[in-house]
Amino acid sequence: MKLHEFQAKRIFAQHGVPIPKGEVATSAVYAREIAQRLGLPVVIKSQVLVGGRGKAGGVKLARTADEAQALADQILGMSIKGYTVKRVLVDQGVDIQDEIYLGMVVDRARRRVVMMASAEGGIDIEEVAATMPEAIKTVTIDPFLGLKSYQAIGIASSIGIPQNQFRNFTQIAFGLYKAFMATDAELAEINPLVVTAEGTLLAVDGKMVLDDNGLYRHPDLEEMRDLDEEAPSEIEARINGLSYVKLDGEIGCMVNGAGLAMATMDIVKHYGGSPANFLDIGGGAKSEKVAAALRIILSDPNVKAVLLNIFGGITRCDEVARGILAALDEVKPDVPMVARLVGTNEKEGRALLATADMITATTLAEAAQKAVAAAHNELA
Amino acid sequence: MSILVNSETRLIVQGLTGREGRFHAEQMLAYGTNIVAGVTPGKGGQEVLDVPIFNSVAEAKQATQANASIIYVPARFAADAILEAADAGLDLVVCITEGVPILDMIAVRAYLDQTHTHLIGPNCPGVITPGEAKVGIMPGHIHMPGPVGIMSRSGTLTYEAVAALTALGIGQTTVVGIGGDPIIGTKFIDVLRLFEADPATRHVVMIGEIGGTDEEMAAEFIAHYMKTPVTAFIAGQTAPAGKRMGHAGAIISGGKGTAAEKIKALEAAGAPVASHPGEIAEMVARRL
Repeated sequence: MKLHEFQAKRIFAQHGVPIPKGEVATSAVYAREIAQRLGLPVVIKSQVLVGGRGKAGGVKLARTADEAQALADQILGMSIKGYTVKRVLVDQGVDIQDEIYLGMVVDRARRRVVMMASAEGGIDIEEVAATMPEAIKTVTIDPFLGLKSYQAIGIASSIGIPQNQFRNFTQIAFGLYKAFMATDAELAEINPLVVTAEGTLLAVDGKMVLDDNGLYRHPDLEEMRDLDEEAPSEIEARINGLSYVKLDGEIGCMVNGAGLAMATMDIVKHYGGSPANFLDIGGGAKSEKVAAALRIILSDPNVKAVLLNIFGGITRCDEVARGILAALDEVKPDVPMVARLVGTNEKEGRALLATADMITATTLAEAAQKAVAAAHNELA
Repeated sequence: MSILVNSETRLIVQGLTGREGRFHAEQMLAYGTNIVAGVTPGKGGQEVLDVPIFNSVAEAKQATQANASIIYVPARFAADAILEAADAGLDLVVCITEGVPILDMIAVRAYLDQTHTHLIGPNCPGVITPGEAKVGIMPGHIHMPGPVGIMSRSGTLTYEAVAALTALGIGQTTVVGIGGDPIIGTKFIDVLRLFEADPATRHVVMIGEIGGTDEEMAAEFIAHYMKTPVTAFIAGQTAPAGKRMGHAGAIISGGKGTAAEKIKALEAAGAPVASHPGEIAEMVARRL
């Protein structure tokens, strides 16, 4: 789960990381009030869950209260990479002397959490990692020891933090570490961490991604989920226990198992079609779940055919077929459906589906070809 | 021969008294797996499916000389269950549970470095040595004994490949589902090492997917150390960046973990990659 900048920075602040004074506004008038209260200048920052807000014109400096209101008015309602801005963060302006990057992430190859820093702040760390890996200082955190002081000081020294700021930097590094561990984060970034003209350090921008599997330990964080930032179909999928990702193609896919679902998308492409979605209905495949999956797939107006690919293992094909029939009864799709059922009790399953108006196939390749042909109106 | 599990495996089921645990224990028993004990804290002394239940793995091991366990407990208790099994000194722990927090798994994996225990999973279908032992949730009947070792990050996609091989009369030494999470107990490279040391395994099938760099590391290992030929498949060529595709670990982030990179690395290492799942069995048949 991604957090907004203002949410991430609040969590950082709770763990001892200094952040600029700021408040969230949903109206331009309130943004003006905040600006007057904080003192000018202020920065008006759009709160959407995508990167590149600055480049899109979603972050602006205001020198007067009038300007704060006008800019907030301009930014609120703006669309950034398809996300509509519903909130702005109004932060006190900071006199920036230098910008640093400080972040933490789960490193899958090392199977550890790592802390990374770079003397270049405000940058795209992935780009720097790809082009100038030597510009990034990385320390690996032992899960039993946690972050150690020498590691934080080692980072400070290697990225050129002034010695009189070592203590402040260490406090920030530990604050970030505590925030990461306390929230079951996968990623936490202060980018940039600013050295102000007064010589102090301040976390001016923040980003956090939390591990969905850890959220049960943090009901307070789950409440921070921004439903506006999810497509309605993705919310319905999550509520029904389905994994669904909307894509741009024309062939809806319903599959049991994540790996098989990806492979099904790939083979659709292989035969000249394009997948409309990723959808894993999981094990069991009861009719309510199949119906929900069908509804979600068909809610996408681009879908011209649906491909059902079920490998019955422990789950029996006849059970799945009954689920499909019940779902068809409820949803009544008006696009061609191609079904491929294999595995346990496949004969019984296919016999059941023969009563429905469906195109059937035995191999995945055949099913994909038929689905592509059906979507392109080329079926004989 | 085979790897990880065989007819000598004496299995504990952690969570045998739960719905999932009981259902799959029944299936494993029907396949012929030697389940010697179940563990559920607070239910010691009972019997389920004629299997004695113990309060702890240590007690179960002492009473039954068990050497492996399979875990069907809810995600919030899974890390504890793995540590308990490792602490009791079992050789193999298979964790089926999906949804274990990443930070839990980092600590578990680090602890296991100090033990001899092999952990498979979490979020995996388990391990099967056809005709000998099924330690997992895979449908047993699609497998048959033979010369091909299979390792995979996914469940049903593996069944698909297994069923196609079996249909061609090509059996399997052992099939290992390593799991779909970002931090797992055993990686491709670890399983490759085991297959390479197993004289009965004459060919290896590797079924990878987007996310992480384990396939690239495996390619490196194949190029330098594998004498046994490897045929591969990578799922997710059409997956968009930044979106999780069902499995917690199946995500392209920061331009890393794409199918294209993995396919390139494997082909450069001399492991041909099938263009779709149906092709895997045909390629193996040609190359065996």
